[in-house]
Amino acid sequence: METINQSILTWILLVPIMGAVLVALLPDRVKLPNWIALVTSLATFGLTLHLPAHFLYGQPGFQFELNIPWITDPAIHYHVGIDGLSMWLVVLTGILAPIGVLASWNPIQQRRKIYYSLFLVQQTAMVGVFISLDLMLYYAFWELSLVPMAILIAMYGRKEGHKAAVRFFLFTFIPSAPLLVGILWLYARTGTFQFNELQILIAHGSLPAGALWWCALAFLVAFAVKVPVFPLHGWLAPAYGEAPVALAMIIAGKLGLYSLLRFHVELFPVASRDLAPVMIVAAVIGILYGALLALVQQDFWRLIAFAALSHFSMIVLGIYGLNDTGWSGSVYQILNVSIVEAAIFVLLGAIENRFVTSRIADYGGLAAKQPRLVSFFVITSLAMVGLPLLNGFIGEFLILSSTFTEVSHGWAVAATFGVILSAAYMLWLVQRLFYGQPSALAAKTPSRDLRFHELAAVTPLAVLMLVMGVAPMLWMRAITATHPPPQNPPVAASAPDASLHPSFVAVTSPTEGKR
Amino acid sequence: MNQVPSILRILPEVILTITGVIIMLIEASIPPHASRRYLGWLAAIGTVCALYASIWQFSLPEGTGFFGTVETSAFTIFFHILICAIVLVALLLSLDTLPEVSHHQGEFYALIVFGAVGMCLLTGAVELLLVFIALEISSISTYILAGFRKQTGRGPEAALKYFLLGSFATAFLLYGIALIFGATGTTQIYQIAHLAATATNHSFVLAAMAMMLVGILFKVSAAPFHVWTPDVYEGAPSPVVALMSTGPKAAAFAFLLRIVYEMFPSLHSVWAPLLWVIAVVSMTLGNLAALRQQNVKRMLAYSSIAHAGYLLAAFAGIGAIGIAAASFYAAAYAAMNVGIFAVVTLVSGYNEDRPMIDDYRGLIYRSPVLGSVLIFFLIALTGIPFTGGFFGKFYAFTAATQSGAVILALIGLLNSGVAAGYYLRFAVVSAQRPESGSDEIAPSRPQVGIAVGAALAFAVLATLWLGIYPNEVLRVAQSSGHTLQAPAMQMPAAPTATAATAAGDSAAPAQ
Repeated sequence: METINQSILTWILLVPIMGAVLVALLPDRVKLPNWIALVTSLATFGLTLHLPAHFLYGQPGFQFELNIPWITDPAIHYHVGIDGLSMWLVVLTGILAPIGVLASWNPIQQRRKIYYSLFLVQQTAMVGVFISLDLMLYYAFWELSLVPMAILIAMYGRKEGHKAAVRFFLFTFIPSAPLLVGILWLYARTGTFQFNELQILIAHGSLPAGALWWCALAFLVAFAVKVPVFPLHGWLAPAYGEAPVALAMIIAGKLGLYSLLRFHVELFPVASRDLAPVMIVAAVIGILYGALLALVQQDFWRLIAFAALSHFSMIVLGIYGLNDTGWSGSVYQILNVSIVEAAIFVLLGAIENRFVTSRIADYGGLAAKQPRLVSFFVITSLAMVGLPLLNGFIGEFLILSSTFTEVSHGWAVAATFGVILSAAYMLWLVQRLFYGQPSALAAKTPSRDLRFHELAAVTPLAVLMLVMGVAPMLWMRAITATHPPPQNPPVAASAPDASLHPSFVAVTSPTEGKR
Repeated sequence: MNQVPSILRILPEVILTITGVIIMLIEASIPPHASRRYLGWLAAIGTVCALYASIWQFSLPEGTGFFGTVETSAFTIFFHILICAIVLVALLLSLDTLPEVSHHQGEFYALIVFGAVGMCLLTGAVELLLVFIALEISSISTYILAGFRKQTGRGPEAALKYFLLGSFATAFLLYGIALIFGATGTTQIYQIAHLAATATNHSFVLAAMAMMLVGILFKVSAAPFHVWTPDVYEGAPSPVVALMSTGPKAAAFAFLLRIVYEMFPSLHSVWAPLLWVIAVVSMTLGNLAALRQQNVKRMLAYSSIAHAGYLLAAFAGIGAIGIAAASFYAAAYAAMNVGIFAVVTLVSGYNEDRPMIDDYRGLIYRSPVLGSVLIFFLIALTGIPFTGGFFGKFYAFTAATQSGAVILALIGLLNSGVAAGYYLRFAVVSAQRPESGSDEIAPSRPQVGIAVGAALAFAVLATLWLGIYPNEVLRVAQSSGHTLQAPAMQMPAAPTATAATAAGDSAAPAQ
């Protein structure tokens, strides 16, 4: 069991790559690439379920760790491991992959080999980002995750794929230059890329504060673009409009938000406290701005893009409240938003696949012919709006209540308006698409209700929305237990609790750990 | 000082020379219209032998031969192996792409091999006159090769431009050699290193170094000495560009490392800021100009200027770190650039009927393998992790950061963001669906022969290897860094500084 626990993360990384190679080598016949990709991603998902099954809940620090030297000089390690923050994100990536394959089943008919092999490479890159505990390894996966995405948007974009691809790539690649400089500077100063060692050194103030602040800023900008946070969201709407459904549902949000949590708030506690007011303002503006723009969109992909901006901003607000409740709510909300968005993308993709347009005005009265589609869509919309007993409610509630009590009443009230607006634009979208008089397009296009593979894609997501809304503790116990409060880094310097696990002691107290 | 016969110190060069002479002899003795393709294979075999000989040289004790004019050390062997590998790929590439009925094939292969002799010798020479001779051997064969497509207008223009400007630059180098001889009374690099630090006439030494830097920066096409690059790359045959954008450049960089780290370590405070500026100007200018190019080879020419800038950033690194970073970058860059020019050669053909970026539209649909390989090399040139390009940049900018040049690293990495713009545009064009109805692309489905296939596979594997497991190459690069540093280390660091200031003081009253 010990060896399985050590190597499980590596297998989760490797299986998709092996699937990608297999897809590339075998011929493109009788949907063979689809099936290989489906089997591979299901197998990977099965592997990721090993993590919550064997996770030691309530034990802080990293688990399933593996740390072997990769490159001798500079000392880059293959260092992977997860904690309560990253575990669910890995599982999430695992479940979204087969759903992505199912969502691509119909739309992708040409060049399936390239599509599915790059899709699987993308999965590896994302898992790599979540599990890397060596800054260089993390950076490598971070950059790698851009490439398949950009190529796939360019190749399979709807109309202007190449433009959206270049925009997406440059928007995210250029800010990663300061990020790399920051990482190199940290290495030049400390001689290590290891997350835990750097965390200790930074918490102890062994680095000059001024330069550290710039370093933290460089990290922040790179992550904020990837999320995206308000003024840096220029790539989001074109990318949502062009990317194939299966990629659009993973392109934004969780990578950047995770990085903010792990490599900004946890790594630079002091600097992130300094920068928090700016981030809170940007987040609140993003919530309202995204929601207002979502109200006026003519195209449903763009509507979803701005809705996503609003929801991601809500999570950023929770993160930079820098308190326990907000932290837990944010991590939980990352999972919720990703699942809800995935469902929305699958459903809208199914609609677009039938009617070939994404202009909202062309639709109307679909409910009569598509009962299953409409019921799933309404459930998803309600989850997105934050209806109690569905998953969106809990995360938003935790974030908003913690903002209200710990940050400021004003910002919390302003952010709550975003929730109200989200109800407006989502329900209005439902009304325009599904109810009223059937439009000319809906009337003349013969269309079937959701087909088997579409149902297979969306049903698990709908079930998750319900379960996560009713029984959040299943997830929360991993999320809340593992994190030392991000707000007060001096905890690191105080005497650690003797009952804690040695690895936590090592992380939080270097003096103890070194003995 | 040691028992190693001098001839073993230049064994790779000897093998290459013999190969070239044999090719010339056979070429002269076979009828004009007979196939000369096997001469290319002969050249390739000779190069492989030279490659082996270079690797074998690791077993020699480090030292000099021929009265202290040629050196073998980890540094020279590293660059010998690199150059032989580049030449091998260029030969394989030419084998399948040169027109079948050409009288000049034999000369072509012989010139490549002779050029390789010059490049190898340039990296091993520690005596400035030998350096000059080596540089001329390599340059003259490149001048001729650049003009090999006589029938087109661009070919001779490129060759003439390269020749005129190149000779001018070499003259600068020669003048620098003369000045340093005047200042120190020797042309042996180690002796110069000792004497330059204590030379009474400091301005002479400075002028000499400046002249030599001009001459060699021209060869590596660093701004502002880069103006020849786009025109020559555009006019020269693509296989030749694959060679000349990497081989002579690697050799020239090796010599540049020698100049600054071995010959003038005492003038670090002078050349370091100079190279800092040149690095920044090269990468910025190269990238900005490349953004606007429509012609593939011109774009890659400007990109090679930018890469020269990245490589020069490694010179900000102190001592062995900088040398190792620069050497590694030279290797990574060579693997990527040879590879991409191999693809360009295959797609655009020897006569280059399809030179524009738009001609690559939908390449991945016409030829999935070539398209994927092209995108792979573009990704590598962008510097995405798990490719050699990433670790090249990584080491270069780590070296810069460690010596405190954080701004340089920041400018360099932002530049690589700009560079991503044009690499990505090219990649996206080749991944786009070809417009239906345009027939002009339809007929060209490039053929990939055995030799070219081997060349491509070699370049791809090398790029991946350098990106995933760079330990081995890096180890050699680092030991080469130490060997190059060793002579300078013979002088304790502190006296060097005082000697330099003393020289400066004594020079001041003289003026």
